[in-house]
Amino acid sequence: MMERPSYAGVEAGTELPPATYPVQRLNLVMYAGASGDFNVIHWNERIAKSVGLPDVIAHGMFTMAEAGRYVTDWTGDPGALLEYGVRFSSPVVVPDDDTGAELTVTGKVQEKLDGNRVVLALTVRSADVKVLTRARAVVRLP
Amino acid sequence: MAINREFRGRTFPPTQPYEVSRVKIAEFADAIGDPNPLYRDRDVARAAGHPDVVAPPTFPIVVSMRGAGEAVLDPDLGVDYAMVVHGEQRFEYHRPLYAGDVVTASTTISDIRTAGRNEMLTTATEIATTAGEAVVTAYSTIVVRGGAEVNG
Repeated sequence: MMERPSYAGVEAGTELPPATYPVQRLNLVMYAGASGDFNVIHWNERIAKSVGLPDVIAHGMFTMAEAGRYVTDWTGDPGALLEYGVRFSSPVVVPDDDTGAELTVTGKVQEKLDGNRVVLALTVRSADVKVLTRARAVVRLP
Repeated sequence: MAINREFRGRTFPPTQPYEVSRVKIAEFADAIGDPNPLYRDRDVARAAGHPDVVAPPTFPIVVSMRGAGEAVLDPDLGVDYAMVVHGEQRFEYHRPLYAGDVVTASTTISDIRTAGRNEMLTTATEIATTAGEAVVTAYSTIVVRGGAEVNG
């Protein structure tokens, strides 16, 4: 397990190691059930295409959850999160094959605030497209 | 069909109490593929200083969607759910949500606006325990694709 970051140990510009998370249709079906979001565009290719989407797309909240996991894995403490927000800029298209899609998350310390608070700027890409913008988390570090 | 602007500023009654369970938290953690034991093992969570199993950061959407969902699905609001995509989401945490919390969600429609061919609807949902302790505020913007187009 990675050493937990401390407020004194990071500076504005400190980069976090990248991480990659897979997204397959099964993840979306599980996420629909777990979250209660049964919007058909996340599991029904026929309807997704009929409303102008290229294919089934991931729940935005699934993508946000993966980027959230990236932050909690870094801090080691989900309770360290004070604020977390994203804009969903592009859909994550999840084809019905054995590969699915992939999310690549990177992050860096954008700013240090008082009270041991740190602002993280996150970048999330799928197939080289930015799928989240303005992804930002405020965490309190020891 | 355009979204009914009369709903701007409307606050919906709090949802029925929702009891956060360890099983639901574990199911959610499985769904997002996060193996963190804090989401599954009460002893591990307690050893880390938490009163019970911790909910992942985006878990409050399960609760806030009950409130915001009731608002968005109000037939008089005029949102075509198949045309809805999520635009923005933000959480402000007062503390983590824990297994055993019994919470309600109170949603206000803070904004309805047109952006090109689309319409955007923003909600603010306050999640608090039934004892009145604020836990998390969820801000959500949904985009209704083509919502601003005039239907013949």
